[in-house]
Amino acid sequence: MTPESRRLDGNAAAGRLSDVFVFDATAARTRCGGCGMTAPLGVYHVYADAPGMVVRCPTCEAMVMRIAQTPGHTWLDMSGVAALDIST
Amino acid sequence: MGFVSRGFVGRPEAREGTGLLPPGQYDIGDGFPVLSAGPTPRTALADWDFTISGEVDEPERLTWQEFQDLPHEDVTVDIHCVTKWSKFGTTWSGVSLDTLLDRVETSADYLSAFCDGGYTTNLPLEDVTGGSAWIVDRYDGEQLEAQHGGPARLLVPHLYFWKSAKWVRGVALSGVEEPGFWETLGYHIYGDPWREQRYAGD
Amino acid sequence: MARTAIRRRLTWRLATVAANASEARAVHRLSLQIDGWDGHLPGQHVDVRLTAPDGYQAQRSYSIASAPESPTVDLVVQRLDDGEVSPYLTDGVRAGDQLELRGPIGGYFVWRAEFDSPLQLVAGGSGVAPFLAVLDHHAAAGSGAPVRLLYSARSIDDVIGRERLQQHAERGIGVTIALTREQPPGWAGLSGRLTPRVIREHVWPADGRPSILVCGSTTFVEAVADSLVEAGHEAAAIRIERFGDVKGARRDSGVPTTRR
Repeated sequence: MTPESRRLDGNAAAGRLSDVFVFDATAARTRCGGCGMTAPLGVYHVYADAPGMVVRCPTCEAMVMRIAQTPGHTWLDMSGVAALDIST
Repeated sequence: MGFVSRGFVGRPEAREGTGLLPPGQYDIGDGFPVLSAGPTPRTALADWDFTISGEVDEPERLTWQEFQDLPHEDVTVDIHCVTKWSKFGTTWSGVSLDTLLDRVETSADYLSAFCDGGYTTNLPLEDVTGGSAWIVDRYDGEQLEAQHGGPARLLVPHLYFWKSAKWVRGVALSGVEEPGFWETLGYHIYGDPWREQRYAGD
Repeated sequence: MARTAIRRRLTWRLATVAANASEARAVHRLSLQIDGWDGHLPGQHVDVRLTAPDGYQAQRSYSIASAPESPTVDLVVQRLDDGEVSPYLTDGVRAGDQLELRGPIGGYFVWRAEFDSPLQLVAGGSGVAPFLAVLDHHAAAGSGAPVRLLYSARSIDDVIGRERLQQHAERGIGVTIALTREQPPGWAGLSGRLTPRVIREHVWPADGRPSILVCGSTTFVEAVADSLVEAGHEAAAIRIERFGDVKGARRDSGVPTTRR
């Protein structure tokens, strides 16, 4: 058992992100602020067993998002996302 | 209160509030969950160092060997994770923060622990001095495993375990409290399990 | 339609349990009646939230195992004895009970009937759940896309949706089951793990440019993905859904697994 063996993918963050976005986040093409790689958020790695969820780039492992739910609040840090491309 | 799931009680032991369990916690028993916000860093001991920086007269840097040569203490403590598990009687060995901070002069009131992988957490200086915090490199008689924070982690057992930063590489002292990784995302700035300070505003 | 269904903010809603039946060893199928369900795409999941009388809540994600054409929305739940949610869902919930959920969730790990390229499904354990929805939808929609399923399970008693998979095999779907731990006498399927060689032999060849969906534990899917890339498949053609490895972890399995 290692943290790597329990990492998830962007799908795991989709429910939480539906508290915030009207679009489906897993299909949104997401550019990593670290290395510039672009892929649907569903491809990104999610570490969900920390107190909140941490979304990391599958290429460079840079943190792109953090999501926490506290009573009555959803906290979202997207400082590691360079851009989101949402097809409308 | 809205919907209730018929017959669902969760972990009932979690809310009994016994003398040993802080409110809302349950006893995980022999388990020791690994909670990580990222992949496990692997720093070679030859590259490892521990620095004391920030508002100090002169920054201090210890190599792994210098750290090993400092007097180690054995500690047996209960630990409490904000995700609600507690673990009783965990045994560690490490260097007291008192020993480390004695090496610098400072008038700071706070510190930030920083780690491989980019994690940070903030603590008042008085919470890590007076025999209340250690940099530990052994758990349960063995070298601390990487998944539990090895080669060395911070141990501050009287606060929620996210304060006991894994893979710690140093502390930066400051006159102002600089909220860390979880403290900037809705978690409590101080994190006392006995006052159930899980989230900002608790 | 389903496409518009995912273009709105999701809210928690109540589902009524129509049936809760054993599906395989330690696995139950929960069939849910949900008023006003706008349909879903195979591959999507729901979040299930349980609330105790004192307000304590626990939340997990489960793949939808039924096709959009099904009158019920079905979840496949694997019981972990020291889990907090799965024993309640498998053993505590009965027909007529209500469950709070939100969904359908996710537009990335999905299959649409209008996709006509060859489809390869690779499942480990309860990771087969979304593919039961894919295959039923493929049949109901009369899709002409050629489909293969490569499914790794521990033993024959652990195979989820066995009868239904047999029916899909009879209508021309390539269903290959690999049993890793034990095989019944006369077992005609594969034995052992999905090695790179097994992957190469039983997955659509890369030059046919199949789209590939892989679902299972993290260790399983990452090993399979490596083998697929090694066999010449483009990484971009491989879509993955992981649930964390559960062995020794004090938590529940869902697809994907999340805390709380």
